[in-house]
Amino acid sequence: MTDILFILFAVVAVGGAVGVVVGRSPVASLLFMVATLASVAGIYVLFEAHFLAAIQVLVYAGAIMVLFLFVIMLLNLGHDYRADLRYGSWSLLSLVVVGLTAGVLMQGFSGDTGAALLENGATVAAAIDAAVIEKGAVGVIADPLFTDYVVAFELMGLLLLVAIVAAVVLAKPRGAGEG
Amino acid sequence: MGEMQELSTFWFVTFGAVKVVAVFTVVMAVVAYMTLAERRVSAFIQDRLGPNRVGPFGLLQPIADGIKNIIKEETMPGTAAKFYFVLGPALAIMPAVVTFAVIPFAAPLPTPVGTVDMIVADVPIGILYILALSSLAVYGIVLSGWASNNKYAFLGGLRASAQMISYEVALGLSVIAVLLLAGNVTLTEMVWKQQQLGLWFVFPLSLAFIFFLISALAETNRLPFDMPEAESELITGYHTEYSAMKFSMFFIAEYAHVVTASALMATLFFGGWDIPFWPGDDMFRHEGAWIRGFDESGAPIPTSPSVLITLLTLAAFSAKTGFFLLLYIWIRWTLPRFRYDQVMHLGWKVLLPAALAYIMLIAGTMLVLDQLGVAYGMLYGLVLTAVSGVTTLAFLFFVDRDRVISGAHRKRTTRASAARPAAGPAGRTTSS
Repeated sequence: MTDILFILFAVVAVGGAVGVVVGRSPVASLLFMVATLASVAGIYVLFEAHFLAAIQVLVYAGAIMVLFLFVIMLLNLGHDYRADLRYGSWSLLSLVVVGLTAGVLMQGFSGDTGAALLENGATVAAAIDAAVIEKGAVGVIADPLFTDYVVAFELMGLLLLVAIVAAVVLAKPRGAGEG
Repeated sequence: MGEMQELSTFWFVTFGAVKVVAVFTVVMAVVAYMTLAERRVSAFIQDRLGPNRVGPFGLLQPIADGIKNIIKEETMPGTAAKFYFVLGPALAIMPAVVTFAVIPFAAPLPTPVGTVDMIVADVPIGILYILALSSLAVYGIVLSGWASNNKYAFLGGLRASAQMISYEVALGLSVIAVLLLAGNVTLTEMVWKQQQLGLWFVFPLSLAFIFFLISALAETNRLPFDMPEAESELITGYHTEYSAMKFSMFFIAEYAHVVTASALMATLFFGGWDIPFWPGDDMFRHEGAWIRGFDESGAPIPTSPSVLITLLTLAAFSAKTGFFLLLYIWIRWTLPRFRYDQVMHLGWKVLLPAALAYIMLIAGTMLVLDQLGVAYGMLYGLVLTAVSGVTTLAFLFFVDRDRVISGAHRKRTTRASAARPAAGPAGRTTSS
């Protein structure tokens, strides 16, 4: 059952990812991306990472992609898109990048390294199961995030704040900044 | 007694399937009859009769409406993006009907083969599941607005996405206060914590409840926040071009959201299926046994589920949810619609900072109480109730002073009253 669901989610995730790239209209690409994000969330649930799945749907599919859709609709990009399509040397470069990534992943998960990962994974999974029982599905992520990694977490927040301030500055009409 | 018998896989799946079908049917029936209730209550409020011809008291009206919607002609605008036009209603209704799954609706039911939890799926992320899925609801509305290729529908879709993103923030922040006090995200545990506190969370977290109520109204696109539909401005907004069952699906989705939001308010702030002033129904799974609470020494007090308690708690849950359904209708036919900029102002400049400050206050109070060694119980709850009560009064005072939400009518009267003294008493003083 789990295997069937995994294959289903995996096919939708990969198919959606391909769809994002080859989709003709921006709205179609966006919906493919939502399908991919939702399928990845489904895979997280199969791994019993419920919290991660919920956050994936809540933040990416439910907030960020809605903002994307909002922008696409506000700028009315969905209807006359053919002029925006570009082909050429970039698509060749993307093929090279995809090939390299696939190669690195296959190197990482095949042979001895893969077996070692699997063996290691079992012990890690047992430790995570114990932590989930002790702290709950949310606590097991929140606890290290706000203790061990709190500096990195806050710095990340600061980085996003810088991006937001920059966006506001860029969006401001020229001359309105003074006074 | 206290010991519990776990369900075997076969019975777990069987009862699971029964619960899915039963809950889905009940939610759909409530949705159907809420359309009737809305029309009857609005008629009562406006001193009319409302639909009363089909069956006794008009009770068969929803069935007649359903048949009408199914046999009506499905129109498809020639310039619409066909695929997305059909996809829209489907995407709108899907999240609406699945969110009820994580809400516990009664105390566990004992059966000869084991105890059955009265919840469709007790997932470990509880409330986050509801927040995540209801955040997807906006796709249906936005897509149908865009695919209709109609300016009114398009504006409705844009408004919907802006509004839902804005109020999702306030909604999430008001839930955080509940999470702080409950200490977990599953709704079963929230009900249990309210039973242990001896107070429903609406008292210690009164301001969070107000924020939640406002945000839930905005998230379900109900008046006074029905900007995406706003008949007087946008015809009916995103579903202007829809007819027959596709149109009906938007309505089913909206009412299903209302039912879930009502059940959620009952669960988060009004004790869920808890019966007030009676500890006999308190029940929680603790280390493989059913317990009612802990005695002075911290030892668990065992209890055992019974059919009677399940039925009584089911009645309590239905009564609370029913009250909020009525409140939704009541608000809709009492308050006028906000202006669009007022909606955005309220969401971003009032609710968001106020909710953040309130979380700080609640977390700070809880930290002080924990440091003082106050046990989780009545005293703990009462201190928080006092703090929240003062904050709520301050918030309402601030909001009500015409500074934050000021309608056009009030602005004119204040300007007129400001102008009058200048011409009246002021003129008299200069003349004397």
